[in-house]
Amino acid sequence: MNDLRRYLFSLRLFIPLVVAIFLVTVQSSFAQSDSVQTQPRQDATYTPAPVPPSPPNNVVLRDSPNDNGHAIEVRWTLSADDGAGADNVVLYEIYRAESADAPDSLWLKRGSAIKGAGVYNDRGEREESSASYFPKGKDFYYKVAAITLDSKSFSSVAGPMQARDNWFNGTRIPVLLYTIIFFGLTLFFINAAKKGMNLYVRPLAGIEAIDEAIGRATEMGRPILYVLGLGTASDIATIASFTILGRVSRRVAEYQTSILVPCYDPIVMTVAQETVKTGYADAGRPDSFIEDSVYFVTQAQFAYVAAVNGTMLREKPATNLYLGKFYAESLLLAETGVMSGSIQISGTDEIAQLPFFVVACDYTLIGEELYAASAYLGREPLLLGTLKAQDWFKGLVIISILGGIALRLLTSPEWVQKFFEMT
Amino acid sequence: MKRQLPLLLVFVSGIFLVIQYFVPAEISDRAYEFMLDWTVIIGIFALALGIWSLIRVSIEKIQRKTHDHNYTYISLAGLFAMIILGLNPWSAGLDDYTFSHLFRFVMIPIQSTMFSLLAFFIASAAYRAFRARTVVSAVLLVAALIMMLRVIPLGPLSVYINDTSNWLLLVPNLAAKRAIIIGVGLGMVATALKVVLGIERAYLGKD
Amino acid sequence: MTLYERLLVLDRRWIFLILAIVIVGAIFVPITIPATAAKEVEVIYNTIEELKEGDYILVAMDYDPNAMAELHPMSYTILEQCFRKKLKVITLTLSQNGAGMVDEALKGVADSSTMYARITPKYGTDFVFLGYRPYYALVILSMGQNFRVNFPADYYNTPLDSIPIMKGIQNYDDVKCVISISGGNVADAWVANANGRYNVKVALGTTGVMAADYYPFYQSEQIFGIIGGMKGAAEYEHLAKNPGPAIEAMKIQVFAHIVIIAFIVIGNIGFFMDRRARKRSGGQE
Repeated sequence: MNDLRRYLFSLRLFIPLVVAIFLVTVQSSFAQSDSVQTQPRQDATYTPAPVPPSPPNNVVLRDSPNDNGHAIEVRWTLSADDGAGADNVVLYEIYRAESADAPDSLWLKRGSAIKGAGVYNDRGEREESSASYFPKGKDFYYKVAAITLDSKSFSSVAGPMQARDNWFNGTRIPVLLYTIIFFGLTLFFINAAKKGMNLYVRPLAGIEAIDEAIGRATEMGRPILYVLGLGTASDIATIASFTILGRVSRRVAEYQTSILVPCYDPIVMTVAQETVKTGYADAGRPDSFIEDSVYFVTQAQFAYVAAVNGTMLREKPATNLYLGKFYAESLLLAETGVMSGSIQISGTDEIAQLPFFVVACDYTLIGEELYAASAYLGREPLLLGTLKAQDWFKGLVIISILGGIALRLLTSPEWVQKFFEMT
Repeated sequence: MKRQLPLLLVFVSGIFLVIQYFVPAEISDRAYEFMLDWTVIIGIFALALGIWSLIRVSIEKIQRKTHDHNYTYISLAGLFAMIILGLNPWSAGLDDYTFSHLFRFVMIPIQSTMFSLLAFFIASAAYRAFRARTVVSAVLLVAALIMMLRVIPLGPLSVYINDTSNWLLLVPNLAAKRAIIIGVGLGMVATALKVVLGIERAYLGKD
Repeated sequence: MTLYERLLVLDRRWIFLILAIVIVGAIFVPITIPATAAKEVEVIYNTIEELKEGDYILVAMDYDPNAMAELHPMSYTILEQCFRKKLKVITLTLSQNGAGMVDEALKGVADSSTMYARITPKYGTDFVFLGYRPYYALVILSMGQNFRVNFPADYYNTPLDSIPIMKGIQNYDDVKCVISISGGNVADAWVANANGRYNVKVALGTTGVMAADYYPFYQSEQIFGIIGGMKGAAEYEHLAKNPGPAIEAMKIQVFAHIVIIAFIVIGNIGFFMDRRARKRSGGQE
């Protein structure tokens, strides 16, 4: 009996234990099913759906100015999330289609602009065969997308707009202005010189030495070597040199000495032949002209130097004239001339070569002095007129520079800078 | 007429190119390119004239047996060898073994040698020219020495020399250069204008 | 003839001989000239260093074999740096005799990168050589529109569109910067046409003689850097920790300069002593 009582007592203890275990189990299993249910909800709060940035607004199209009609300029107001708001816009993409309601697949991405930029110049090629051909006079529609790392949002569609030819490059107005002033000054002074206005030009030692040098060659019975440099017939320095060559060859014909003109460029050779021939004809000795005195050598720079240096050492010319465009060969030529004991007169507009010529030659025409040489030699009113115009224009340049400095110091005028910006 | 026509051509094309500079339209682009193409074509024809001139002058030298005329054989041989190898229809053109090797192992080294002679000529010219004859030439001499010392490492002194040479380059040198460049630019416009207006006509010849 | 008079009329062949001996001798002197990079060189190095893998860069090697000795070292170092950074390199030349030389140089750099840096840049995917076209100013301008205008195919005549590296690459907008290593006036055209017209970042590598001419552009920020001659190249090699021919050649330059300075000093001593002697003897100057 006692055993039974003890058994029941233990059972009484046992039942709550079982109930407790049951309750705990049920609760925990509920808790588990709870947690299974909430799992996806928790995930959703950690990775929210991408929030697209606010789109760019006010897309404005215009024909790209100052060009050949194969570009359209797209401008837009920045997205509110660019530099402000969520500040998550990284770039803009520019899309183009041929109709406003074109399906997505027909909107072509034309390019991109980095954040902060509100303009894109959509330009293409003018050749129809080209992959990036941009048709002229055709309607195009544009939209701009603001791009974040994981989303994008489009502006509304703008258009239509056509790319058109422009007939005046507005950014070149300053050049036009200065060109007109310069042309006007030149014509004025040419006119004044014709009417007998006395135009003083300072003497140039290099020019005055040319006659003396030709005389020396005559006395020594040695030729004159005239080097036109490495320029082509379209280089101004070479053109200026042709004029001097004309005068030199006339003097050479008068003194009945000889001239050698080795050429680097075949067109230059042809023109030089004509020039020397004219010089001889002007001196009244057309028969003394030898066509082969003006000859072509090579179009390889240092091979040309080797040939001319060889001529110097063999023929020992009394006078070497280097007038035109020169590069690294300047010193190689001029030093060899020193070795062969010639009088040397040089002139070039290649600034880097001037020191070499100054060191090795007796006289050097610096920069524009080379161009001015023809006026000095001829003393014709027409030529002196252009020279005077140059001087006056230089005055204008000095005034412009001083004016620019003053404006910069007094204010910070962006319009001045804008005015002189060119494309 | 023979003289008027070229002058007219120069005037018209000169004025046209001035206007073309300000007109960005496609037709202006194309006209400009058309003119450039012509320059190339004329250049190629003129090259034939040039080569002919070279051959004629060389042959004449050989005939007259002028001083050192033996070199003429070398230049003629070089000219014909490269033309024949380059135009040989059975060769690989520019990739031809003999042609490319002549170019790489004869032409390039010879040209580099000519260029490197400059170092020697600079030395001799510097020796002769940099003498402190007057105050101005003394200034030039000092500036030249500073520029040359820049290359030589002189320990802490190098910093000062570098600064001074940079100053020389960027201030007095640049100022003078800019002045020359502006003068050159104006001179160019003036000369071009003289050519366009027919004032400068030496290049035309007489008849 | 006194010693001083002799100095004044020294035969130039002595100068040539002594200079030649010093230049050849310097090759065998085992020293390295310390280099400190100038700002204008460092900025180029840093710009390339800051580019990301896969960025495009245009390297124009616009020089003839004549200028090879002076300009090749900087081309090599820059290309090696680009390959090391795994940049996409577009190369071309606007110099008539440059094409064969550039082709060879590119192969050389690719080989040396494989050998020393264990990077194997592949033609067509990592770099491309467009070749040579005449009329550099026009070529530079038209590349602002599209590379294909002047270079429809590369140096080996492969159409540009079938070269992986060129797919989708149109013009300067697609490259981070242009480095022109040039031995002539091409540099002007890069400044005026590529930077001036299309606003692309341009840096120049030039010969020593030319460098002074291009400092104005650096000052006016039309170019973002400049490497001048052998000295600049040596500074670049020093920055890239890639010592090569320029650092080696600098010692020759240093010795050659010392000789020239010595000659100038000797010439001036001769000149002054001679003048003093003449004044003493009452002779005219």
